[in-house]
Amino acid sequence: MGRRRSLADLSYGLVIGSLAALALLIIVAPVVIVLTTSFTEGRSLKFPPTGFSLQWYEALFDASKSRQIHRAVYNSLEVAAWSTGFGILFGSMASLGLARNRHRLARVADGLFMSPLVLPGLTFGLAALMYFTLIGLRPSLNLIIAGHMIVTVPFIIRTTSASISQLDPALNDSSQSLGASWFYTMRRVTLPLIAPGIFAGAFLAFMASIDNVPVSLFLSTARTDMLPIRMWGMMESTLDPRIAAVSGVLITAAFLLMLIMEWTVGLTRRMRD
Amino acid sequence: MRTMTPPSPDGAASPADGGGKRSVLAEWQLALPLALAFASIFLAPLLMLVGVSFFNDEKITQPGFGQWAKFLGDPFSYKVIADTMLLGLKTVCATIVIGYPLALIYLDASPRLQKVLIFIIVMPLLLSVVVRTFAWIVVLGREGVVNTLLLQLGIISEPLRLLQTELGLVISLTQIEMPLMLLPLISVMSRLDPNLRDASSALGASRWRTLFKVIVPLSMPGLVAGCLLVFASSTTAFISQTVIGGVRLIYLPLLIWQQSLVVFNWPFAAVVSLTLLVSVLTVVSALSYLGRRSGGYVHG
Repeated sequence: MGRRRSLADLSYGLVIGSLAALALLIIVAPVVIVLTTSFTEGRSLKFPPTGFSLQWYEALFDASKSRQIHRAVYNSLEVAAWSTGFGILFGSMASLGLARNRHRLARVADGLFMSPLVLPGLTFGLAALMYFTLIGLRPSLNLIIAGHMIVTVPFIIRTTSASISQLDPALNDSSQSLGASWFYTMRRVTLPLIAPGIFAGAFLAFMASIDNVPVSLFLSTARTDMLPIRMWGMMESTLDPRIAAVSGVLITAAFLLMLIMEWTVGLTRRMRD
Repeated sequence: MRTMTPPSPDGAASPADGGGKRSVLAEWQLALPLALAFASIFLAPLLMLVGVSFFNDEKITQPGFGQWAKFLGDPFSYKVIADTMLLGLKTVCATIVIGYPLALIYLDASPRLQKVLIFIIVMPLLLSVVVRTFAWIVVLGREGVVNTLLLQLGIISEPLRLLQTELGLVISLTQIEMPLMLLPLISVMSRLDPNLRDASSALGASRWRTLFKVIVPLSMPGLVAGCLLVFASSTTAFISQTVIGGVRLIYLPLLIWQQSLVVFNWPFAAVVSLTLLVSVLTVVSALSYLGRRSGGYVHG
């Protein structure tokens, strides 16, 4: 019996351990491989890369050769900044209004605000394109900002509501019973306490906007090109090796941002809870 | 009708001097700007999408059921729907098979190792889907890592075709969607009472038995949440599907894109995207129903 048990435990460790190792390999290896390949000397993206050079990064940062990519980057950053800004404003207001409200309508509203997370993005993207076109609006960055705000605001609402639910209601009450007005309590007590939650959500929303495909696919045009759509174009036709350099830059940026967010607001802790 | 005031002591129990101010602005009104935005740029477009799908012609002038009849009368449509749903289910299975063990390892790891693991798990989530898709082109391509390795080891003599196959697509989506499975799983698992596992093992259960009788049932809410996210995300992963799957593997997102932005048949594109919405929501509600039932089994 004891022997059989240790055998079973051995097989458990072996199977679970190797599957988990496979998972880690599958998660990490492609990222490392792309990073390595981006420094290739050759003209094709084979692995292991031939030699070492920064030629694709030079091509990428060259203002005249990669003008389209640069414009797509600026557009993406502008859209992400504005949509996150509006998301912080409207999203944290909505969270403050609804997080502790148990009324049925409040729950419905909350469900509505979170629904872009499960709704197929392409369905909303197409719907937004038809709607804006049929009511006579011309394609512009503003429309993309509006669309991105809708699909990224759930991230802000989720982390902000989580922070609010951890607030001690007694803090609010004592502030008000000491004569502080509602706005004063909000500014000096509530907002400072939930700020890390808002920032964590804003960070996720910003990244989701930069990464968004379904909305940008339908709402962007040649003039309002967005980075993921441009990158898709670079992969679809002939594989443009500059995309490895773009990926290298994005991987480094994501890594640094993640470290910063971890130190400042404890991002991973917030995502686990 | 009851007004929507929060049940917190604010309204009734607050002192008289503060109470006057509160009635000017009820707290729920803070949600109005977002509600307005959602009504005008989320609900209205979706309603219009439904409306457009009931027009027969591409100019959107003749109302009728023609496009629905055309789509639902074509056997090819059902094949595309089934392929899309199957792609989602295969990805879900693959992420469970290798993701669940990783979550178990996380559970047993030291706090220090846990920090490293969660960093590795969350990091891909912050990395553009396009970058993750591109990475798999480099890995699975003709001159890619897998083929180079297998050729050098002498296991194969000709490069394998991995891109533009469903296998390659499922492998790629497994990595791309993995964080969506792992985060809810880890979140639920780390709240499990460690005494339960110790008790199970002290009572003589093997680790396998503890896994299937204690850990899996108790982690069901996280597992179901992960399945929902992975399914919803992989069935609509347009970029990965078109770039890695190519044009020969046709899924609903590709059909929507072709019909709306290449052929400009908006009513038909509306029909396909509503089909995508309905089929995804059907599977998602079925999954969460199963999850609730198994949850009831554990607690009841």
